[in-house]
Amino acid sequence: MKNNSLSKLSKILLITSGIGLIISIFVPIWAIYLEAPQYPEGLGMFLHAHKITGDYEIINGLNHYIGMKEIHQEDFWEFKILPYALGFFAALAFLTVFINNKKWLYFFAALFLIFGVAFMVDFYLWEYDYGHNLNPNAAIVVPGMSYQPPLLGFKQLLNFGAYSYPDIGGWIMFGVGIILVVLSYLEIKSSKKVI
Amino acid sequence: MKIIQLFGISAFASLAFLGSCKPKGTETAVSGDAAEKVYVAPGKYDEVYNFVSGGFNGQMNVYGLPSGRLLKVVPIFSVNPENGYGYSEETKPMLETSHGFIPWDDQHHLELSQTNGEQDGRWIFANANNTPRVARVNLKTFRTEEIIELPNSAGNHSSPFITENTEYVVAGTRFAVPTDDMNGDVPINSFKENFKGVISFIGVNKETGDMNLSFQIEAPGVNFDLSHAGKGKSHGWFFFSCYNSEQANTLLEVNASQNDKDFIMAVNWKKAEEYLKAGKGRKVKTQYAHNKFDESTQTATSKMEQEVTVLSAKELKDICYFMPTPKSPHGCDVDPTGEYIVGSGKLAALIPVHSFTKMLKAIENKEFAGEYDGIPILKYESTLYGEVQKPGLGPLHTEFDGKGNAYTSFFVSSEVVKWDIKTLKVLDRQPTFYSVGHLMVVGGDTKKPYGKYLVAYNKITKDRFLPTGPELTQSAQLYDISGDKMKLLLDFPTFGEPHYAQAVPASLIKDNQVKFYNIADNKHPYATKGEAESKVVRQGNKVHVYMTSIRSHFAPDNIEGIKVGDEVYFHVTNLEQDWDVPHGFAIKGNQNAELLIMPGETCTLKWVPKKPGMWPMYCTDFCSALHQEMQGYVRVSPAGSNVPLTYSLNNKADNAKSPVKTAVTK
Ligand SMILES: [Cu+2]
Repeated sequence: MKNNSLSKLSKILLITSGIGLIISIFVPIWAIYLEAPQYPEGLGMFLHAHKITGDYEIINGLNHYIGMKEIHQEDFWEFKILPYALGFFAALAFLTVFINNKKWLYFFAALFLIFGVAFMVDFYLWEYDYGHNLNPNAAIVVPGMSYQPPLLGFKQLLNFGAYSYPDIGGWIMFGVGIILVVLSYLEIKSSKKVI
Repeated sequence: MKIIQLFGISAFASLAFLGSCKPKGTETAVSGDAAEKVYVAPGKYDEVYNFVSGGFNGQMNVYGLPSGRLLKVVPIFSVNPENGYGYSEETKPMLETSHGFIPWDDQHHLELSQTNGEQDGRWIFANANNTPRVARVNLKTFRTEEIIELPNSAGNHSSPFITENTEYVVAGTRFAVPTDDMNGDVPINSFKENFKGVISFIGVNKETGDMNLSFQIEAPGVNFDLSHAGKGKSHGWFFFSCYNSEQANTLLEVNASQNDKDFIMAVNWKKAEEYLKAGKGRKVKTQYAHNKFDESTQTATSKMEQEVTVLSAKELKDICYFMPTPKSPHGCDVDPTGEYIVGSGKLAALIPVHSFTKMLKAIENKEFAGEYDGIPILKYESTLYGEVQKPGLGPLHTEFDGKGNAYTSFFVSSEVVKWDIKTLKVLDRQPTFYSVGHLMVVGGDTKKPYGKYLVAYNKITKDRFLPTGPELTQSAQLYDISGDKMKLLLDFPTFGEPHYAQAVPASLIKDNQVKFYNIADNKHPYATKGEAESKVVRQGNKVHVYMTSIRSHFAPDNIEGIKVGDEVYFHVTNLEQDWDVPHGFAIKGNQNAELLIMPGETCTLKWVPKKPGMWPMYCTDFCSALHQEMQGYVRVSPAGSNVPLTYSLNNKADNAKSPVKTAVTK
């Protein structure tokens, strides 16, 4: 008989991950900062699980020069899903501990990684859409220029320097992803030893 | 001697004080590290805000110290076409008086609000000298919020000095005049019987700053000059210098300089409050304007008040006392402890210092030298703490550094003199270039001066700056007073004619600034809170344009169907919600100024077109890269023509977004 129960470390880290995911529902997940000569104080925009905060209205005002679409909270179907998705994963973390079965851990890890990749792909697609889908009648049209913000890191867009980084919630999600991968690896290793 | 004119005195002074106060010239006056001390690197802030009265420009100029950089000109009593103050429909009422609209005044003194005798950075008060008024400027917005006119007054000079918790702002009349309930149509030689010197006490609301004329004191018809409130132990008293106790009414430079001593009048305002409560005042029918700017509607209103309560100093014996003070006293300054009252006789060769404690004792012991028009005169020796001997010639004003030192400006001998309040010994003297009037130490008239810098505001500039024809710039000079000796650091030009000034550490003000107005809170009756709401409404010959501005267009940007004879009101709302994005608005041929509209604000410009034609309008503030595109036209047709009233934005046939709209008629 294989021992399918989880190690103590796995249980503790799974519970920590679950709590972290609950927290990530209520804190900003992603931050985009813009810097320009005219904005020495910088402009910040924060994506939460269910809303946008920060200076996005000012950013909208500036973006109309280059014909970018306005950013409106209502346009993102993700805001309706994301809090539940995060809640679901938190519940899954606790359930895995409760059921105390390695297979559940592997399943959870795989599902969360798919979710993470999907999250980034979705984010990229939004950025692509905003950056490329420009109004042809915009005041400023720079041939060949697109304004897609970086997925992660820094990118210069005309007079604006754009930074894109995970915020607290994003770091938690990254952390949970790494924890799940490491735990799965450890649990698989210990299973093999037993054999 | 008494009748020698100033230049005569000047010559005399330079002989008499040869070697001691002879100006040394610029080369020796500036020490090696002066440049370093005034250098504020690009991108760095100044340490101190310096609010400088504009004198005959009627405005307040705001400088940074120690750099001497001009930061802003705040219009108070004069119209300012630059931002539409006094030209827009919203701000016109601010300059209403009982004489009607007045576009100008002479602004002499400024006083920052205080709590417990210390600056609190909330408001600054300003006086109008010519048509007596007191204004309050909000230091969150640097805008004039309130102006109150003063009845029974003329030449509001000893103003706007305040009590230590800003309970009152005072205003003393420089010209004695018949009170408003008397017939003013009297011969000048009836001066002594008909003319009165009235002092106003304007109450200030602790929370809102709203002013109201609480009461006035009718004093003898002398010329009240300057004043300062008691503080600490002398809180509850106010001190006013006065000259022309001769009550001369012609050739005052001679006839008002006859008496060896004029007075500082001590006013027990707590006592006056008691008499007011006890109903001892006389209700005087008069008219004075009270103008307020309401930030929520961004609109000023002017109300004509009808009555004021006047207490008679003659009848109510224990409100006012005269302290004899040599030679036409000008400055009247109270040291940080509240004990010493420094009078500066314009023609005196000494500085008398009165003691508050001795004054109270003298009043108690009735050490009177007589009466002046019913007011007790205290004996000079009874109130005098001592005299600073041979300080210079022509002392005008004194400020304090909180370390026991006083600094007095000398007009005639053109210098600033530092002396010790306790020992009355002169410690240092530095020349000014030239003929200093007021001086100011940072926080120098409060209980806790900040010290460090002293600024002299000079009356003569001569060779200090590049010449600009007969009319030269005005000048201020910055001194470092942190050491034993004062050090001249910097000359900087000023505008109008600076008189008194105030300064405060920047930290008390800079973080409270309003950056823009929240458009959701805009309660202006003609606000347009989005382009969809833009419209044009005709009401008879009045046309109201509900217009918006946002980078980089107006909505609407074309209007047709205006007729000669119409009165057009452009109510422009700036839709921006970000700091430092004003929009301007101007239209060709308008006999008016422009508008400068802050984000979230609505301003109204009146235009009465005189001729048919196409009249361009545009944004005057370089608001964006496409600012030059921010324009439009108004088509004006002859009176009686039947061009329909229409307005549009982006109405080219091939990319119509907003269809041409027909205007609304009411
Ligand atoms: Cu503009």
